[in-house]
Amino acid sequence: MAYLSKIRVTLRPSILDPQGKAVEHAIATLGVASIRDVRMGKYIELKVEGDSEAEARQKTEEVCKKLLANPIMEDYAFELLKI
Amino acid sequence: MRNGKLTFGVVVFPGSNCDHDAYYVCKKILHQDAEFLWHKEADLKNADVVILPGGFSYGDYLRCGAIARFSPVMREVVRFAHNGGTVIGICNGFQILLEAGLLPGVLLRNRSLRFVCKYVRLRVENAGTRFTAQCREGEVLSIPIAHGDGNYFTDDDTLQRLEDNNQIVFRYCDATAEVTEDANPNGSLCNIAGVINEQGNVMGMMPHPERASDPILGHTDGQKIFQSLIECIIRGEHSLISAESGRR
Repeated sequence: MAYLSKIRVTLRPSILDPQGKAVEHAIATLGVASIRDVRMGKYIELKVEGDSEAEARQKTEEVCKKLLANPIMEDYAFELLKI
Repeated sequence: MRNGKLTFGVVVFPGSNCDHDAYYVCKKILHQDAEFLWHKEADLKNADVVILPGGFSYGDYLRCGAIARFSPVMREVVRFAHNGGTVIGICNGFQILLEAGLLPGVLLRNRSLRFVCKYVRLRVENAGTRFTAQCREGEVLSIPIAHGDGNYFTDDDTLQRLEDNNQIVFRYCDATAEVTEDANPNGSLCNIAGVINEQGNVMGMMPHPERASDPILGHTDGQKIFQSLIECIIRGEHSLISAESGRR
């Protein structure tokens, strides 16, 4: 069985995000009002083979923990879709 | 060590761009031996000191240093470090040491979002390490930085541990050795510019000592880092000098 992992990596709430702030200022300059708290992150897709959803989940977890996110500054979340 | 000379091993990742500068300083300015260590080869060629140089390894993809950490040579570097071997990471090399878990913390995007390339002043906070033994505590060094992600950050507990163990080696400061907000080029926590591990054998720093070592370039403060290593290791003092002994 194969699964599609859709992974989001975001800065932890305690980490300042100057890039998000810059985008926020650009939005204000654009003239669109009432938008705040812009936070930038990463979106990653990967396909994972596995005998079960649990296995695919565990493999995705491992990749997120060891490579895709740095736990000191980032959180991750993902969803699995059977393909 | 060969004929009373140290062997510096300079790791070359795809995208390293300060490798030749480091090699040149070790070999031509300090008259030591130097070897390039290709990232795909798990061989440190009997290096006494491993240098992880500056640059943009793997194009800074994902996060600075995140991919380089998985290079075959890094397995050997981690083993070398765990056995007490001397490792210095400069700029991107510092980022790689953090990603590899050899040093605590992380380097975030500069507060200004700009790439900053200029001379900065560093206050030597711990002159009791093998990397700084030729400096005086509180001495101000003039060494350039060149980075977009040098904003050091760590959690409160780790910061406390770094302070308690005297693991903060350099802080950005002004001409009078005052650590001020104005002297902080990138937003680093407590102006931290360089840290050492608890055992005292692995150090990372954002400024580039190899760019301030050739007298023809005008500044030679960077030489003190390399000279400290040469003196300490050749005299065998490195077993005595560690972050531990430098505690205040």
